[in-house]
Amino acid sequence: MRILSTVAALLASTSLASAGEIWVTNEKDDTVSVISTETLEVIKTYETGERPRGILFSKDFSRVYICASDSNAVQVMDPNTGKILNDLPSGDDPEQFVLHPNDRHLYIANEDDAITTVVDTESRKVIAQIDVGVEPEGMAVSPDGKIAITTSETTNMAHWIDTETQKLFANTLVDSRPRHAEFVKEGTEMWVSSEIGGTITVFDASNQAEKAKISFEVQGVHPDRVQPVGFEFAAGDTHAFVALGPSNHVAVVNADTYEVEDYILVGRRVWHMDFNEDRSLLFTTNGVSGDVTVIDVASRKAIKTIKVGRFPWGAAYRPSPT
Amino acid sequence: MLTASALALSSAALADTALTIGYLQIEQERPPTLSNLDPLPKDNGLAGAQTALDDNLTTGKFLGQSYEMITEVVSLGDDPAAAARGLLEKTPFLVLDADAAALLDVADMPEAQDALIFNTAAGDLSLRSESCRVNLLHTAASDAMRTDALVQVLVKKRWSDLVMITGTHAVDLSYAEAMRRSLNKFGLKLGAEKEWVFDADMRRNAAQEVPLFTQDFGDYDALIIADEVHDFGRYVLYNTWEARPVIGSEGLSAVNWSPVIEQWGAAQLHSRFEEAHGRSMTAQDYAAWAAVRTMGEAMTRTNASDLPTLRDYILSEKFELAGFKGRPLTYRDWNGQLRQPIAIAHPRALVAQAPLEGFLHQFNELDSLGLDRPESKCEAFK
Repeated sequence: MRILSTVAALLASTSLASAGEIWVTNEKDDTVSVISTETLEVIKTYETGERPRGILFSKDFSRVYICASDSNAVQVMDPNTGKILNDLPSGDDPEQFVLHPNDRHLYIANEDDAITTVVDTESRKVIAQIDVGVEPEGMAVSPDGKIAITTSETTNMAHWIDTETQKLFANTLVDSRPRHAEFVKEGTEMWVSSEIGGTITVFDASNQAEKAKISFEVQGVHPDRVQPVGFEFAAGDTHAFVALGPSNHVAVVNADTYEVEDYILVGRRVWHMDFNEDRSLLFTTNGVSGDVTVIDVASRKAIKTIKVGRFPWGAAYRPSPT
Repeated sequence: MLTASALALSSAALADTALTIGYLQIEQERPPTLSNLDPLPKDNGLAGAQTALDDNLTTGKFLGQSYEMITEVVSLGDDPAAAARGLLEKTPFLVLDADAAALLDVADMPEAQDALIFNTAAGDLSLRSESCRVNLLHTAASDAMRTDALVQVLVKKRWSDLVMITGTHAVDLSYAEAMRRSLNKFGLKLGAEKEWVFDADMRRNAAQEVPLFTQDFGDYDALIIADEVHDFGRYVLYNTWEARPVIGSEGLSAVNWSPVIEQWGAAQLHSRFEEAHGRSMTAQDYAAWAAVRTMGEAMTRTNASDLPTLRDYILSEKFELAGFKGRPLTYRDWNGQLRQPIAIAHPRALVAQAPLEGFLHQFNELDSLGLDRPESKCEAFK
């Protein structure tokens, strides 16, 4: 009863914020589920290419880009109709990608080929391919657009790409199986999660030096199973919310002290996440349980579970179309 | 501007480091089997080492580190010692595909006393216990790890009334011995045991013979097959008198690697391997992959290629190998065995992964599989 009233209260409060949608790729259903951030229900499901994983929107939210890994393409979809507009050449097995701040260049990790492919979304041409380590996955780009990052899972590195020359200018070791990378605090820091190492490494972006290492400890879960994967930052970059994979928890990390403040129980094998517009709600994809957990950011509590397709993987927000 | 400073930094910090790995395959006598369905790949094991070498090379190029592998195959009847000596002149790091006896012959050579040898093929318990060697690490799972894994499933499913059919080859007998040990360890009892004595061709008459052969087992929960040469076991499935599951060497098996493992990024290793070698990756390929990747991981982290540094690092708490099994892989410092989850699988799907939930351990759940510190009689690592 109490939970229900909390949900109702939250729903009332969120309806004041602008309405929006969370798009979730379902890796083993070849679909995306569209969740309303107001009603917290799936409002649409669209078909995609095979094994959709990474997902993101163009700056004006008029296009959604989807890594269809087993179709070896990045698909461009009209989010208002669900129609595939075209495929972009992506290299083999695209898993994750980022959109350069210029809104044109996609940096794509080609997991099977140890390559990062740069695609111009306007000309639909590959403009560069960069050799990186084995099984590239995590992708990030600095807010000023000067640096792109690829992390490689078996090589265990963050590769720093100069986006002007499209060449590597640094390679920094991290713990085993890096999965996700993000620039934070106006691009001054770059964070990388290591799934098997169980850590997040924080780099000073100006000199690529390691600045901090964050470890996790979930009560009752063997440290081997506490595996940081996707993470996103709360408003103002004050806190990081870190998906801890098969430990079924999301950690809340103070981004200034690098200390873990909280662990939130979510669905099974939590993987990636995104926020609603005002970052009051966080939506996590839970691969094994096939659902999305909604976390109330202020109270740091899971408030709802939403059933989606099989093996939900990526999540991306867009405002509702007007 | 970014380019110049960072490049200078990386080349100053990382001098060129090179590692040579010797791969030695000593061919073993393979007893003939009834079925011709599963020819053993000629490069079984070696292909896994090659994929790991490629992985190491890709990583190495960002660090100014290089690797090379020299391969020697000793045919039946040829002298393994000469080949081993030849490799050991070039490098102290050996990956060895051989049976237990040949493995110990190499490990005990005077030239091998300052070497580090990885056993990628022999599951014998004695190699992890009284016959352990300080220069010998094991990436192959021990028979005990595999039988412990399977027995955890039996315990979980409450299949406690068990019978076993054992082949007559040495590997069958040692598997059966490991199975008895595991059943005892987890408190299960073996009812009847029978030896497989048929010399008829079972492809034609299994349907007539196996029901009769299994009739006097009476009722039981599961039938264990100890047939590590994969001779007769496949003909027992679906032919038993009682409708009961078949486990062990056939049916539901415990393996350190299988093409049906898809989780934990394993699909990527499979596709990389299949593209390079045109076949799926066997358990022995995986053991060889893990050996070569172990050396690569140690060199990446220490930026050294000398034996004492790498060996110390590999056996230290700092070492961890991401092995596509969902947990970091490490080495037991009491007998040199690689700790690893074991897949419980049939040829079409993964059923479970051991250690199963609920099998706890005071230090590491992975040590519920195989010879734990108090059980091993290994003295060489002390």
